[in-house]
Amino acid sequence: MASTDTTRPAKESGDLAGLEAGLDALETVQQGRKPFRQTFVEKILPPAVAVLLVLAVWQGLVSFGIVDDPTKLPAPSDVWDVVHQAWLQGELLGYIWTSVSRGLLGFCFALLIGTPLGLLVARVKFVRAAIGPILSGLQSLPSVAWVPPAVIWLGLNNSMMYAVILLGAVPSIANGLVSGVDQVSPIFLRAGRTLGATGLKGTWHIVLPAALPGYVAGLKQGWAFSWRSLMAAEIIASFPDLGVGLGQLLENGRNASDMAMVFEAILLILIVGIAIDLLIFSPLERWVLRSRGLLVKG
Amino acid sequence: MATTTTLAKAAHGTEPAAYAARIEHVSKSFAGPAGQQLVLDDITLDVAPGEFVTLLGASGCGKSTLLNLVAGLDRPSAGAISTDGRPALMFQEHALFPWLTAGKNIELALRLRGVAKSERRDKAEELLELVRLKGAYGKRVHELSGGMRQRVAMARALAQESKLLLMDEPFAALDAITRDVLHDELTRIWRETRLSVLFVTHNVREAVRLAERVVLLSSRPGRVAREWTVGIEHPRRIEDTAVAELSVEITEELRGEIRRHGQH
Repeated sequence: MASTDTTRPAKESGDLAGLEAGLDALETVQQGRKPFRQTFVEKILPPAVAVLLVLAVWQGLVSFGIVDDPTKLPAPSDVWDVVHQAWLQGELLGYIWTSVSRGLLGFCFALLIGTPLGLLVARVKFVRAAIGPILSGLQSLPSVAWVPPAVIWLGLNNSMMYAVILLGAVPSIANGLVSGVDQVSPIFLRAGRTLGATGLKGTWHIVLPAALPGYVAGLKQGWAFSWRSLMAAEIIASFPDLGVGLGQLLENGRNASDMAMVFEAILLILIVGIAIDLLIFSPLERWVLRSRGLLVKG
Repeated sequence: MATTTTLAKAAHGTEPAAYAARIEHVSKSFAGPAGQQLVLDDITLDVAPGEFVTLLGASGCGKSTLLNLVAGLDRPSAGAISTDGRPALMFQEHALFPWLTAGKNIELALRLRGVAKSERRDKAEELLELVRLKGAYGKRVHELSGGMRQRVAMARALAQESKLLLMDEPFAALDAITRDVLHDELTRIWRETRLSVLFVTHNVREAVRLAERVVLLSSRPGRVAREWTVGIEHPRRIEDTAVAELSVEITEELRGEIRRHGQH
């Protein structure tokens, strides 16, 4: 009897460990990475086909003489020639860099201002009541509206460009953080409080990381707004001393009635905007969502 | 009436506290559509050091409210609650932070308790081993099954090194097989650590299988209706005759409590 008394708990414990290991193995979902072929067919091929289709229609319009005026619609090959020429003269990267460096620097300033502002609006009731509605209202104001006053206040220089970017991007970033904080599940706040994360500790360890998905969505939108505001500013306030960015390139094309150059500028603006999003913001967003299991694999 | 929530300081060298939690004449009311609604009425209950108590009741008996009061997440309307240090709390939802790995979730609890950085990793691995999740340190929350998540949550609660563990229906969302295994696991950990546990449930068999003492609360408002001391030897099974017999008795009582509400 004594022997059974001592062995039973030990046996029970061994059984339990085995049972648990079995349950864990049965319930754990095995996830592997998709093969490249599948990614290619599902993600890369469709947009590539769409782009080729647009190019084919465009070339068709010109080749079959449906649109016969090259000052209205240049052939894709003409636009390509202009781009190629700019590349050979070493100017292409200059245009792009002038705008991208302005855009990213302006975005970084917007980040530095928008983040604390968003946190303040999200966490301090009075501040939220005071400027919350204005902040979300500002999002619907086209940032091009800020160009005339910015020119009058600051003159035709780079500061004016940055001011326009800030006014366009700060509300997006701040609002993203506010909605991120608002969506933090109360269960995390309760769990944080029982662990002793209150006040600033709670903000740092619980609220901010929990709000990250909303914040990143705000950053993404903030970049789109930065880029749009900058292009508006460059088109309206083009001035030779500022260096030729993509907006100025577009304006120069219009002044010279050079439709190929106008198309070149529009395409470059589009491509750069998309590229920055694809290279920086989309991967960031995917990483945040995937690490939390919020990205559903389709 | 005075409303106090005190943390009894049981420093080294002094006498250990005579209780892990002491609930004295606690009432709680909330502002409802029909004026003040009394949720808990004059509850008096002690949890002794190392004791396992389950609070049992139908919905609306305020058992979760009572647990929140003991956890210090809310204040009683009247009466006093004192605990031996700050209690740890486990929820029905695992409440693990999805931006941290399983191990880092535990380390955050250690960090907030002031454990030095150099010790946290080892301590976290130790706690994972205690809940038999060795090797889960780097796993993200969404990569774990429901049962594994609750075990990590248990490890995180244990990381607080509280003398009292409050559990709010922690296994209610799990399937029956996993729940049964976690009952064994909780019993083993409770016996190894000599923690005091206050466990809320509406599941009579779960209450009987786990507890040394079952406290039945009546509903609307919650009052202590009856108590049973469970003398059944561990290890217990949910299918044990002794567990079943006591469960039948308690269920009868619980049904009587519920029936009263249909009569007026």
